[in-house]
Amino acid sequence: MFSPDLVDALDGSDALAKRRRAAADRAVAAGQPSFTEEVWRYTPIDDLDPARYAFAAPGGTAGPVGLMSGVDDGAAAVVHIANGAVLDVSVRADGVRVDTLGSGADDLIGTVTPEGPDVFGDWNLALASAPVVVSIDPKAVLTDPIVVHVHTDVEGLAWFPRLVVMAGRTSQATVIEHHTGGNTPALICPLTELSVGDGAHLGHVTVQELGDAAWQIANLSADAGRDANLRIGHVAMGGDYARARIGIDMTGRGGHSEIDAVYFGRGTSTLDFRTFQTHVAPHTTSDLLFKGAVDDYARAVYTGLIRIEADASNVQADQTNRNLKLSPNAWAESVPNLEIENSDVQCSHASSIGPVDADQRFYLESRGVPTDVAEALVVRGFFDEVLDALPSEQISASVRQRIDELVSDADFTAAL
Amino acid sequence: MSAPTAEAAHTLRIEGLHASAGDTEILQGVDLEVSSGRVHAVMGPNGSGKSTLAHVVMGRPGYEVTAGSVTLDGVDVLSLAPWERAQAGLFLAMQHPTEVPGVSAAQALAEALALRAGDDGPSDDQLERTRSLLEAEAAAVGLKAELVARPLNVDMSGGEKKRNETVQLAVLQPRIAILDEIDSGLDIDALRACANRIEALTEAGLGVLAITHFTRVLEYLRPDEVHVIVDGRIVDSGGPELAEALEADGYTPYLPEEPDAGVAVSIGGLGSTPAAATGASAPDDPFADPWADPLDELG
Repeated sequence: MFSPDLVDALDGSDALAKRRRAAADRAVAAGQPSFTEEVWRYTPIDDLDPARYAFAAPGGTAGPVGLMSGVDDGAAAVVHIANGAVLDVSVRADGVRVDTLGSGADDLIGTVTPEGPDVFGDWNLALASAPVVVSIDPKAVLTDPIVVHVHTDVEGLAWFPRLVVMAGRTSQATVIEHHTGGNTPALICPLTELSVGDGAHLGHVTVQELGDAAWQIANLSADAGRDANLRIGHVAMGGDYARARIGIDMTGRGGHSEIDAVYFGRGTSTLDFRTFQTHVAPHTTSDLLFKGAVDDYARAVYTGLIRIEADASNVQADQTNRNLKLSPNAWAESVPNLEIENSDVQCSHASSIGPVDADQRFYLESRGVPTDVAEALVVRGFFDEVLDALPSEQISASVRQRIDELVSDADFTAAL
Repeated sequence: MSAPTAEAAHTLRIEGLHASAGDTEILQGVDLEVSSGRVHAVMGPNGSGKSTLAHVVMGRPGYEVTAGSVTLDGVDVLSLAPWERAQAGLFLAMQHPTEVPGVSAAQALAEALALRAGDDGPSDDQLERTRSLLEAEAAAVGLKAELVARPLNVDMSGGEKKRNETVQLAVLQPRIAILDEIDSGLDIDALRACANRIEALTEAGLGVLAITHFTRVLEYLRPDEVHVIVDGRIVDSGGPELAEALEADGYTPYLPEEPDAGVAVSIGGLGSTPAAATGASAPDDPFADPWADPLDELG
């Protein structure tokens, strides 16, 4: 898809350059993915024409505030990245360090994801032109979030944002990644690595509000240490095709993780989620809740796998995906999977796809609430539990307000 | 029961009502009339169509009215959407109240009351007043305040849901309330509390159509008239003594092999009782001031 020679123009340590070369070779060998592969099932990946995009790092200016209103004001650190280049880094609190390419943290790139997890992940390692490494000191307790804004508004640009979060032992922090974009076509392939040290509490939220011509193929991988507590939130509101692969490895005994996602597809958008809850260590738990709505001609795909490895006894893992279909032309698919190699575990998965519940609507109508208001209340109520679960109250509030706006002027009756 | 002043009286009139679910005709010609301040009990065995009657009058999807009419003060109820029926003054206390995740009673009722007051949507102040009303009414039927603050009916026991229906009824102050087996799932104390609250509302002018399988609730609700429904028709009507007869003999005398089964009886409610003052604390038209002081309302 891209030339491996592009690697030579990038900064960084010699060791990183060598790893970039190897990653590019892997990516070239893998070639272009096809929807006939299970991991790309239900996706429009065959529509991807790499010739329409050019890799570059022109930089630019910061994107709109969007759903992040007020969040930067009290942040522990704020980073702006745009069109392949770091614009500025501002660290305002003790206990957190932010490194960019060549500033001494290059070796930390690939800590959680040394290769893959797919061809775009390998291209990311090869071509990450503006990687950001956030290191939280052991025992540091950061009450305010670390915010990374990622903006894309150059037409036809292909680039590879990379964020590495190293949460030291027993530290506490929240990192918010905010993706914005213009209305021109672009290919953005972010990769995020979360290394959660023993006993650390890490929250991470992705807020995706890309323009409606953008293709996003994102990977997020996390490794939760002993007694670690990891809370991942994902908000997906835009993009022509926006994919997020989220994989968590529960490698430390006693670790707990939650993944909560909110999505609202409109227009002709396709939102694609692949999740992997992998339990390697015993006495670990993971809880996943994905709730989304599709309106207009939008599509949503959820595929999730809970994998319990042979040594992982005393594990509890849950997975729930619920979809509201708000238009007759909208489409959603939900495919939960379990793969269990240890019998001493408790696992559950559940999924649903359907219109606004007719009984709920009738109940509210029977109190005197007009049909459109009743439906808006039901849709807002549908999202309530997952919004409450996001690891940032500020993001919960702004997304709740956005959903209120989206449902208050919509007419869902046609979907029924 | 006493009826309110003539100008405040409202009448729900059901005439020759036939309704089907799928290919099955469930209501086969129901005639009933319920007016302000009157309590009518409709009793019948399982499968007699009594819950269908409640659903059809409120407009639940899934039923088709094939003949007959339902009017409230002369207005054709059947042509209205369910919410318009509620705004016109009907209320259905459901047998199995639906859980509505993420939506509180205050949110829902404030929307309904704002619309009734002619506003676009509830202000923060109206939401707060609705919340206060709900809490006061919850206390009146022994429901914990935190339960009415929860998403509607979520994680509530059967009895709590029924009390919650009574709470919403009292806050909305409809003209005519249909109670679909309000007694099921309620213990005796809760039943007494709910029935007392509803009785107070009838004294202030509420008309009640109470659908029930058992006579127990009628000891507290004290109906003016009792109707027996069998196979989708009202087969007998009378005073409270009819409920006593049912308690003693069951529904057997009304089952299809009985020669007198299948006769529709029309019951007139309006004008058969003298008008009476309703007292200063009860507004003539409960719809006039939906956010009246809850302490007044509780009287």
